[in-house]
Amino acid sequence: MKNTLFKKIVAREEFERVSVPDDRLKGSKGFLGMYAGEHAAGTEFVIGPLFVAHGVSAGDLFVGLLIGNLLAVLSWGLITAPIAVKKRFTLYYQLERIAGKGVVNWYNLVNALMFCFLAGSMIAVSATAVGIPFNLEMPTLTDWMPRTSGWVITVLLMGAIITLVAIQGYSQVSKFANIMSPWMILIFAAAGIVGLAQLGVSSFDSLIATANEVIWTGVPMTGMSKFTIWHIIFFAWFCNMAMHIGMSDLTILRFAKSWKYGFLTFAGVYLGHFLAWLASGILYAVFLQANAASQEFAPGAIAYQTLGLAGAVCVVVAGWTTANPTIYRAGLALQGIFPKVPSWKITAIVGGITSLAACFPALVMRLLDFVALYGLLLMPMGAVIFADFYFSKKFGFQDEQALNSHANFSMPAFLSWILTLAFCLFLNFSYGVDIFFLGLPGWFVAVAIFVVLSRIQYPLKKQLIA
Amino acid sequence: MKILTKIVSFAGLALTIVPPIMFYLGSVELDSAKIYMGVGMFMWFVSAPFWVNSKA
Repeated sequence: MKNTLFKKIVAREEFERVSVPDDRLKGSKGFLGMYAGEHAAGTEFVIGPLFVAHGVSAGDLFVGLLIGNLLAVLSWGLITAPIAVKKRFTLYYQLERIAGKGVVNWYNLVNALMFCFLAGSMIAVSATAVGIPFNLEMPTLTDWMPRTSGWVITVLLMGAIITLVAIQGYSQVSKFANIMSPWMILIFAAAGIVGLAQLGVSSFDSLIATANEVIWTGVPMTGMSKFTIWHIIFFAWFCNMAMHIGMSDLTILRFAKSWKYGFLTFAGVYLGHFLAWLASGILYAVFLQANAASQEFAPGAIAYQTLGLAGAVCVVVAGWTTANPTIYRAGLALQGIFPKVPSWKITAIVGGITSLAACFPALVMRLLDFVALYGLLLMPMGAVIFADFYFSKKFGFQDEQALNSHANFSMPAFLSWILTLAFCLFLNFSYGVDIFFLGLPGWFVAVAIFVVLSRIQYPLKKQLIA
Repeated sequence: MKILTKIVSFAGLALTIVPPIMFYLGSVELDSAKIYMGVGMFMWFVSAPFWVNSKA
């Protein structure tokens, strides 16, 4: 009985190194559920409150989120999805064809680690809810290390369960997200409504006054930097930079019947990165009203205080529905390095690393910086894929240069990655450019470096003559 | 059978969002709203898996 169940769990065919066949493409419903579930996530319970702590004003937040999220949807729809449905490869295999196995192994390693840390932060968020009935001591804004053994045990148990679901592959993840997302989105909406009622909002005028004077006051909390509308626009646009212009979602969107499915990400970002961020910010404002001197930063406890059991369960589920596909993506990244190891074993290892990372609350408290850093680290390779797809013929260099030249290492791709990150580091250290703003110039620099170096090393005419 | 589970599911969703609105309007206490939301959650969880992912 156990063996049959185990085989059922681990048996899967995910087309890691071949193009997805037409009969395995998925309809729009699966993508809507996937994106809605993924972006109405555990991180939203952290990001909304951190905006409050960073002292963004209500007007800046509202307008900034509208613009930033629109830019994110356009990035998915116009940059990622067309390449995904044309090639139908995972990010990792596509990159291998361009950059070569040698480069991709390093990229995959960085990628997998970043995904592990991100999924770990979500497990930690979920643990702040799971720990409530056990009177678990919750982390505070300044915590980087675990406070108690109870926290570590809770996180490890949650990590084990989440990993088991992730082992089942994309279909199971998609089904799980489909089931949870409608209820979860309503809980976020309920959080906003109950929170506003608790803050005494009774009319449109009092809503505006409360938003400006109580929730998003424009004054940062002690020790926090001040956020402007530009921070909000660029954060909303680039918090999923690795997924859209970084091309991670090639892996998901390769199952799409049409490139237009890229625009279905609107369901995720406007529910998750708009409604949920506003709602969780309101929840935190209610918490601060009741606990003015508290340094505790525990999304589960905050949601439980306002919404009861449903709020706490929502925090668990929200963390879960994002941790699942993130662990799955990390597993695919490592699959690129160890193609002969079964997917389920890789995912199990990834789940273990993720669970260990989740023990450290620093991942939650510095989530905004981490999200920006992780997108920035992975973005240059997305720019390389973009340049290979659109500019190889136009600028006269060999497309999929590693595959076509039987090379294991593409110097143009490697230097695009390293030099772009060096350029971003230079901007950050020398000119003090905030990490949230580095992605845009970095992307153009990565494309330019790749095109120029590819023209030099892999010119199309020279290849053809040879 | 599927219709019945769908009815339970949508009733669960209604119990998730209507009580907060009633609390906002002052028609129900917060503690009661929390209980209704918990019941709604339970109804959704036990019924939605039977139809959300099945082909129409």
